[in-house]
Amino acid sequence: MSTVPRATGAAPLPVLLQGRGIGKTYATPVLAGVDFELHAGEVLALTGENGAGKSTLSKIVAGLVQPTGGTLTLAGVPYAPASRKDAEKLGVRMVMQELSLVPTLSVAENLLLGRLPQRFGFIRGDALNEAAARQMALIGLQDIDPRLPVSALGVGYQQMVEIARSLVGECRLLILDEPTATLTSRETAHLFQQIELLKARGVAIVYISHRLDELQQVADRVMVLRDGRRIDTRAMRDLTQADIVRSMVGRDVHEGLDRERRPAGPVALRVRNMTRGTSVRDVGFDLHRGEVMGLAGLVGSGRTELLRLIYGADRQDSGFLQGNEPKLALDVNSPVQAVRAGIGLVTEDRKSQGLLLPQSIRVNATLANLGAVSRGGWLRRDVERDEVERLRELLRVRSDSIEQPVDQLSGGNQQKVVFARWLHRDCDILLLDEPTRGVDIGARADIYAQMDKLAAAGKALLMVSSDLRELMSVCDRIGVMSVGRLVRIFERGQWTEQLLLEAAFSAYAAAEKPAREEQTA
Amino acid sequence: MSSPQPVTTRAALTSALGTVAGLMVALALMIGFFSWQSEYFFTADTFITIANDIPAVAVTAVGMTFVLIIAGIDLSVGSTMALAAAVAGIAMLQWHWPLLPATFLAMAVGVGVGAINGAVTVAWRLPSFIVTLGMLEMARGAAYLATDSRTQYIGGKIDWLGKPIVLGLSPQFFIAIAIVAVAQVVLTRTVFGRSLIGIGTNEEAMRLAGVDPRPLKVIVFALAGLLAGLGGVFLSSRLEAADPNAGTGAELVVIASVVIGGTSLMGGRGSVASTFFGVLVISVLEAGLAQIGASEPTKRIITGFVIIIAVVLDTLRERRKKRA
Repeated sequence: MSTVPRATGAAPLPVLLQGRGIGKTYATPVLAGVDFELHAGEVLALTGENGAGKSTLSKIVAGLVQPTGGTLTLAGVPYAPASRKDAEKLGVRMVMQELSLVPTLSVAENLLLGRLPQRFGFIRGDALNEAAARQMALIGLQDIDPRLPVSALGVGYQQMVEIARSLVGECRLLILDEPTATLTSRETAHLFQQIELLKARGVAIVYISHRLDELQQVADRVMVLRDGRRIDTRAMRDLTQADIVRSMVGRDVHEGLDRERRPAGPVALRVRNMTRGTSVRDVGFDLHRGEVMGLAGLVGSGRTELLRLIYGADRQDSGFLQGNEPKLALDVNSPVQAVRAGIGLVTEDRKSQGLLLPQSIRVNATLANLGAVSRGGWLRRDVERDEVERLRELLRVRSDSIEQPVDQLSGGNQQKVVFARWLHRDCDILLLDEPTRGVDIGARADIYAQMDKLAAAGKALLMVSSDLRELMSVCDRIGVMSVGRLVRIFERGQWTEQLLLEAAFSAYAAAEKPAREEQTA
Repeated sequence: MSSPQPVTTRAALTSALGTVAGLMVALALMIGFFSWQSEYFFTADTFITIANDIPAVAVTAVGMTFVLIIAGIDLSVGSTMALAAAVAGIAMLQWHWPLLPATFLAMAVGVGVGAINGAVTVAWRLPSFIVTLGMLEMARGAAYLATDSRTQYIGGKIDWLGKPIVLGLSPQFFIAIAIVAVAQVVLTRTVFGRSLIGIGTNEEAMRLAGVDPRPLKVIVFALAGLLAGLGGVFLSSRLEAADPNAGTGAELVVIASVVIGGTSLMGGRGSVASTFFGVLVISVLEAGLAQIGASEPTKRIITGFVIIIAVVLDTLRERRKKRA
């Protein structure tokens, strides 16, 4: 496999995987007659809106799901993996969006789980940690101590460990499902370097992402799915982002990059001297009514932690909040008080911190404001139903009914349900932590539109995102955090991607300690 | 509330209705089998006996359903029953209290025990399994202390609760039915019930939605204690005595009934109405096995087997529903 010619060479790359008429039908067809070829040493981007069939197709290749139609051929041999294990034996691996690490085990143990170096049944710790360190170095994570438990790492680093794990052992075909959803630009750059190395070794890569700028950097060809059918497969260099989006959704999506700054109203929230350990240090700023303020920064720069402090989900070491009245401190020491003070939080991880997954849209949407749908502690079912129906309509939540359990919804629609909850609560200040993570483009547009409406209605929005383009398109101001400090606040018009990134890295350059230790401390 | 109205979503509704339907089929099969095996089983007497036997377990199981719904467990209910009954017995025998205030005192003792369970669990973030395991021992010890380790005969003052009044059924049977109905409405129709289901499903999500789970959890444990206290009084009215050994092992029967009723040990899913059917399944099984002359060892083996089968069937059905 090591002598495969590169994409730029004259010789065509050999076909590694071929699919003919791949179909999958549950109650309704989710995938219908998809043909595709995957060459050794290339990156094939797989894209489309949520529910387009990307996940199903990649799960079929990885052996997690069996197709109901069509045939696969791997390196000329019929390929029908009955399980993920089968596929892995043949060198086909998939890094899932959901992390599958064991949080209590160390990084090294997680990396080599199932192939721990041992002698007489005892784990050889030195060999284990050495092998793990080598793997981590492959994707530029040599700073992480392999002996640390995974639970001590932030989500972004956990994702990197997950990727490093899939590279252990023989790997001919690697499927990456939204691998950069939690990564910052620097980590993404590391990942792309690693992808280049894998390509050079002849590994074929299927890359699933909503981030089109990434696809342009990393992909050789792109295959667009819509409603379970293949719409297009073309060389990446022939396409613009607008082309891809058009074939995904069949309409243009406005980027809003050149939008005017929204008129800012009076101060809604003053944050002063907010500090917690080394993760948030002496952060202060004003958030105004009618504006969307962004928080940029690398993973571990303290953005999520800052939102949690403001919301009272964690205790600050020092610092306080004020409303519009500068002399009065706003007492927010718990989420209960935050909600009472008119603050809402859309959490980073909607599944573990936001939603009651097995419960219905109705139950989830009214959770933060049960007082409005009850009288004297008794729920008023008709009122609740009407309210939630209205919200479902407003946010265009694609679902059978308001009684559908949210775990049956796509990521985008789940996020809309979380939004619905805070719309229902009608809070004045909304804190949003990665509100469009894992959300397809159509649903994103709906969410941005809602944020726009809220700002126009005089609400104050504070939004964390790892996607700079998103922040640049949505926000009126962008604060940049670096090693726990708010290093600079840019006004719309002042910023470029370059400037924002420089600010995000600035405190790392100044600090003696590398950021990794910051995060894992 | 003529039909059971479980939980909150339509999916959960169908699921709980499915549970109740399944339990009814199981009941019918059991009744059919025992009637075939013993000519004395299918008589009014049998059913009246069963009906008058279940209230103590039924009301305690209502409290346990709430505890399991918030993903907790209460192992102390059997001992709480004994302690509460002992205190009520003393109130009636030594202080000459009438039945009603003595019953309220028993319930207050139950609330105290439950509130301690809840407060310790919440304050130090401990698993309720351990806290209530400790309380199981403590409350039992306290019951021995209160009764001087002797069964205190109460007699006519308390047996009214368990004596037939209408159609051979006792007041405590009707009280138990009323409590089941009210608890079911509270679970499905109130902010409190909704919040409990939320806590059991995802406590952190509830907290971040601005609902403080801690006081609610303490209330649930206190409620479980209150109902166990009442159950204790019911039990001693059947015995006409306050027995410090009463309710030994009752926690297992109660938990088994709740789980047979389809309430999840993982929290977030449950119904008081189906718990009641769970109680019926266990008591019909016990009564039937006794009627056909099964030995004690056989009875226990079969009862254990039925508990496992019930949970396996419920789990399979849940999984199938999830996949659909």
